[in-house]
Amino acid sequence: MANFFLDNKDIQYHLNHPLMEKIVELKEKGFEDKDKYDYAPTDFEDAMDSYKRVLTIVGEVCGDVVGPNAEGVDHDGPTVVNDRVVYAEGTARNIEALNQAGLSGFTLPRKYDGLNFPLICFVMANEMVGRADAGFGNIWGLQDCAETLNEFASEEIKSEFLPMVSAGATCAMDLTEPDAGSDLQAVMLKATWDEEQNTWLLNGVKRFITNGDGEVSLVLARSEEGTTDARGLSMFVYDKKHLAVKVRRIENKLGIKGSPTCELVFTNAPAQLVGDRKMGLIKYVMSLMNAARIGIGAQSTGLSEAAYREALKYANEREQFGKPIIQFPAVYEMLSNMKAKLHGSRALLYETARFVEIYKNYAHLSKDRKLSPEERAEMKAYTKLSDGFTPLLKLFTSEYCNQVAYDSLQIHGGSGYMKDYPIERIVRDARITNIYEGTSQLQVIAAIRHVTTGSYLTKIKEYESEKCYPSDMDSIYKKLVSMREEYETVVAQVTSGDSEQIDFHARRLVEIAGHIVITYLLLRQSTEVDDYRNSAQVYAKYAESQVASHVEYIKNSCCGDIDIFKAVLDEQL
Amino acid sequence: MMEKSLKIVVLAKQVPDTRNVGKDAMKADGTVNRAALPAIFNPEDLNALELALVLKDMAAGSEVTVLTMGPPRAADILRDSMYRGADSGILLTDRKFAGSDTLATSYALSRALAKINPDVIVAGRQAIDGDTAQVGPQVAEKLNIPQVTYAEEIINLTDSSITIKRRLEHGFEVVESPFPLVVTVNASAPNCRSQHAKRVMKYKHAKTPSELQALNSDYITTASGNKDYLKIQEWSVADVDANDVELGLVGSPTKVKTIENVVFQAKDSKKLSSSDADINELMVELISSHTLG
Repeated sequence: MANFFLDNKDIQYHLNHPLMEKIVELKEKGFEDKDKYDYAPTDFEDAMDSYKRVLTIVGEVCGDVVGPNAEGVDHDGPTVVNDRVVYAEGTARNIEALNQAGLSGFTLPRKYDGLNFPLICFVMANEMVGRADAGFGNIWGLQDCAETLNEFASEEIKSEFLPMVSAGATCAMDLTEPDAGSDLQAVMLKATWDEEQNTWLLNGVKRFITNGDGEVSLVLARSEEGTTDARGLSMFVYDKKHLAVKVRRIENKLGIKGSPTCELVFTNAPAQLVGDRKMGLIKYVMSLMNAARIGIGAQSTGLSEAAYREALKYANEREQFGKPIIQFPAVYEMLSNMKAKLHGSRALLYETARFVEIYKNYAHLSKDRKLSPEERAEMKAYTKLSDGFTPLLKLFTSEYCNQVAYDSLQIHGGSGYMKDYPIERIVRDARITNIYEGTSQLQVIAAIRHVTTGSYLTKIKEYESEKCYPSDMDSIYKKLVSMREEYETVVAQVTSGDSEQIDFHARRLVEIAGHIVITYLLLRQSTEVDDYRNSAQVYAKYAESQVASHVEYIKNSCCGDIDIFKAVLDEQL
Repeated sequence: MMEKSLKIVVLAKQVPDTRNVGKDAMKADGTVNRAALPAIFNPEDLNALELALVLKDMAAGSEVTVLTMGPPRAADILRDSMYRGADSGILLTDRKFAGSDTLATSYALSRALAKINPDVIVAGRQAIDGDTAQVGPQVAEKLNIPQVTYAEEIINLTDSSITIKRRLEHGFEVVESPFPLVVTVNASAPNCRSQHAKRVMKYKHAKTPSELQALNSDYITTASGNKDYLKIQEWSVADVDANDVELGLVGSPTKVKTIENVVFQAKDSKKLSSSDADINELMVELISSHTLG
């Protein structure tokens, strides 16, 4: 009877953002589909109404099917039978329920049987599925791979594969290999052109592949013999029907147990080239990874939501010393901080998703017609914002869902450590979010250039000049201004040093920028909805203390400092 | 093998949600306070709709129409049915139907059904507001066709017959019936499939003629006006050729004498240990008193 959309005002708030009008306009291109498809909207209101209705269905399936199945799926997990993955029973039922509700091909164009929904709506759906069962969220969320096909593949490949995804086929992205993890340039899986069969053939091994036995797989492979770097890699699409890829084993993991993590053996697997040769890693994987990072942002926010709700419920129900434990300062303080981090995560998630949405839609539009100079400028600006915000989003939401889950378990006390409560699973599931699709450390590497080039500062100053906050919250605004000044000072200090200095302090600098951004977003939200006032105030306090701590650390850090930490390099085991 | 396609009608009712009853659920005069309770799709009618949709899946080319008798707002459950897979909906509505008991209701429905002439009529076993379980069987009697009650599953379907599993108190029974027939469905049957994203977007503008009038919106009027599948039919007493005296309060011999608010109270308590012997004793007692089983 639960509905994860209707019970969540925060998600609903983000759906009603003013930029939606622009997003719908770009996505529906003058509502050109309205006479071609009986389910296409005729105007903005109609489109928004459809989004709400369909997200309500997603919320219902998550609340009534996926959520209740999560414990069983975590317990049973998938198995390998005759080189194929067999899902846990609950996973199969989840897939059936979502397919029966017609929820695949969420963002794909209608001509490929998709719903043609904005990315924002897909992110919302993804978040709800993540809240219900983060492990299952991976299987369902991977339908986003189809977007990469939609963006870069030939019409022939699109019309073959995209309707399959709309009909519920699951996907995989096969990137990692035993010797190519964070460093994908080292990918060795071989792609050779076979004249006789008139196809590419893939041979080699992939490891840690989520849903590796899915129907549609995007595979990064070395198509240029004799190369060893990124320039020899191309992207391929493989259809499971060929049965030329065997699942050698699946990993036994700490969490997200419902999601099969596969080791795959490719033996003359026929595959089609996606886009241009040699652009596999440079262009297509980057696009895939950026989309996947938003996916993890959604999953992380869903996990934070689940963890916060479990904590709030338990803290109200559990009585000690004659009263519910929520009445103790130690507990209510924790809960308020958790809620502020949850709201902050979501604010950053949808702000980023809107930026990505707009530039992606312009990119699609540019294939149909020439963009005007204003449109091109706008696309460029949003692309830049997306590049800067995506690693920030991945970093903050994944770290926060770990913190929120950790604190939620703490509130449960000894009971939380037992399998009797969902929080134990949530903690385990959350742990992967700051590791996969680029660790937090890699997100910092992606984000730091936006510190050094000043693009975060530009955006922060833009938020600052909007002066968008409730009149009685001027003190928070003033704090933000002084945090920004401190940020500029420490950035100047660090960037005056060598690149090792910058790397050493990178995480601190990126986090300062992130805290300021998130506080602005919450402040802006509290002008419209009173519910956010509290989160904005709590987050501002938290941000202030974190920023002060980082600033202090950097200011007290002199050039010799790094050597203290380098001593560990000489440590003998 | 099934070759013929079936004309299937689901009888559904919009009911006050009596499952989560608050303090203000009853008015001082003992009648249900409908304003305080949300109007929902009667739960067992959703099981009935699912069974009908399964039948449709089994017999290619079949059509499912949902028929409901009620006030104008009952069109909500017709739209909901279309979101889940029904092809069309008919709203039987007229002030003259107001106050109908099960006899008058089954008369009205049977008049509408005679007009449609379906092969299979599927209804929920009972509605949660009255709990009578009388309307389905009465419809079958009035139409003089066979009835299979407490249905749970379709076992087989041929051109001339349908085989159904019925859930009974202590087991189940498999029965075969010719067409046409009435089937009433238990809550133990499979739950209804969820609303389908594309169907929701397609049918959300489906309206009855009176809803269109009330809205007076140009867009929706033209959208619904142009597309047949967006028209929900509305039938009055005259449309189904019914006899006024068999309808509404006049046609209803059932009169509610009084309504009592029953508060369950535990009379006495009993303490049990967790030993096997004590639990066994309790089980035996509950089964013999029919509290369990």
